[in-house]
Amino acid sequence: MEHKIRVLVAKPGLDGHDRGAKVIARALRDAGMEVIYTGLQQTPAMIIEAALQEDVDVIGLSILSGAHMTLLPKVSQLLREQAMDDVLVVVGGIISDADATILKRDHGVAAVYGPGASMQEIVSFIREHAGSGRVS
Amino acid sequence: MNNLDSATLAAQLLGGHRHALARAITLAETGGAEARALLGAVYPHTGGALVVGVTGAPGAGKSTFVNALAQHWRAAGRTIAILAVDPSSPFSGGAILGDRIRMQPLGGDPGVFVRSMASRGRLGGIAHATDDAVALMDAAGFDVVVIETVGAGQSEVEIAATAPTTVVIETPGTGDDVQSIKAGILEIADVFVVNKADREGADSVIRNLQTMLRLAERSVSSWMPPVLPAVALRGEGIAAIAATIDQHYAYMLQGERLRVHAQARVERALALSVQELAVTRARAHGGGATWRQLVERVIARQIDPYSAADVLLDAP
Repeated sequence: MEHKIRVLVAKPGLDGHDRGAKVIARALRDAGMEVIYTGLQQTPAMIIEAALQEDVDVIGLSILSGAHMTLLPKVSQLLREQAMDDVLVVVGGIISDADATILKRDHGVAAVYGPGASMQEIVSFIREHAGSGRVS
Repeated sequence: MNNLDSATLAAQLLGGHRHALARAITLAETGGAEARALLGAVYPHTGGALVVGVTGAPGAGKSTFVNALAQHWRAAGRTIAILAVDPSSPFSGGAILGDRIRMQPLGGDPGVFVRSMASRGRLGGIAHATDDAVALMDAAGFDVVVIETVGAGQSEVEIAATAPTTVVIETPGTGDDVQSIKAGILEIADVFVVNKADREGADSVIRNLQTMLRLAERSVSSWMPPVLPAVALRGEGIAAIAATIDQHYAYMLQGERLRVHAQARVERALALSVQELAVTRARAHGGGATWRQLVERVIARQIDPYSAADVLLDAP
C-alpha cells in the first residue's frame, strides 16, 4: 500500500478559536490525508510528543493568540532535539509578514498562511513537500 | 531519523526506543518486504502484553474510558500502549483521527504511547495493520496494549478475534430491551461497561444486559460477563473495571483458553496474509498481462470469475 501523508493539526497556546484548525483538518481529509487532530491548548512539548508517536510527515499549527514568536521557535528547537528535522512545519494564523520572514528564515517553518489563504494552495504545498522538512 | 533498514529498526524497537516504534507502525501500515522482515524479527518477542479491546457506539465514551483506564493502570505502575482506530473516508481515503483529544491527560508520560490509526477501508472496526501494530507495541515491552475500535454499530466484531479480552461500552438512552438480545457486538463482550451511568436510564440498561446474559446457555465454569457502571469522565467505576479485566485475563490463562483464542486469531491472520499474497502474485503474473486478459474474458462472459481465479492460482 502507498504511504499516506499523515498530518498533526494542533493549536499551541491559549486561544480557544479552533474553527480554522477544523476547516483545515477537514480539507486535508478530503485531500486523502490522515489528520491527527489534538485539540486546544497544546504546549510545544505535547505537540512534539504527539508528532513523534504518530510518526507524522507534517505538523500544521494554528495560532491566533499572537504568541507565535514564543511558541514556534520552541517547536523547531524540540524537533531538532528529537532528530525530527524531516517533519514539515506549516503555520496558519494572524502573523505579520515581518514575523513570517523570521520564522521561515530562522525557525524551520516551511510556510505561513494568513486570512484568505487558498485551501487548494495549502493542500498542494503539503502534498508537494510532506516529509521534506525545511523548504528552501 | 530517516529511512532505516528493518533490522536496525527492530533492534531499536526491542530496546524500547519510542521513535522506532512509531516508524515501525508506519512501516507495518505501508506493508511490503521491509515490513514483513521487521515483523519477522520482532515476532518471537511478542506475547508478554495484556491485550484489551475496547469497542462501542460512536460517542459512547470509548476514548474517555481508555484515558481513565490508562491513568488507573499508570498509577499502579503498569506501562500502556494505546492503538486508537478511526474510520477512513471511503471517498477520499483521508481520515480525521481525533481520539487523542480525550487522552491529553496521558501526555508527557514515558510509560504511555498513543497511536492513532485509520481503518483504510477495512470493515469490522479495526484496521488492516491492527494486529501488526499490536505485535510491535507488545514487542516494545508495554505491559498493556489497548485497542480502541472505530465507533462500532452492531456487527463490528473483529476486535474479539484480535484481543483476548474485549470490553463493550454501552450507554443509556440508545434503544429498548430488544436491542439487548440482538446478535453481534453484544455477543463478543467479556466485560460490559455502562458508561455515563449518572444519566437517566442507566439502571435499566444494566438490568437489560444482565437479563440478556442470563438467557444465554453457558457451562458452570465458563465466564459470565459482568455488567459494570462507569462515569469515565470522572474516573468513577474504573478501578472495579480494571480489576475485572485482570480477572478475565486470569480466567483466559487457565487451561487452553488463551491458546484456543490465539489459534483463531492466527488462523484468521494467516488466511488474510495468504489472500493478500495470492492477489499480489496473481496481479503480477506475466507482467500483469494474465490478470488483464482474464478481466477482459470475464467482461466478455467467456469465463466466470471463479474459473478465472483458478487459472491465476494454478499459473506456474
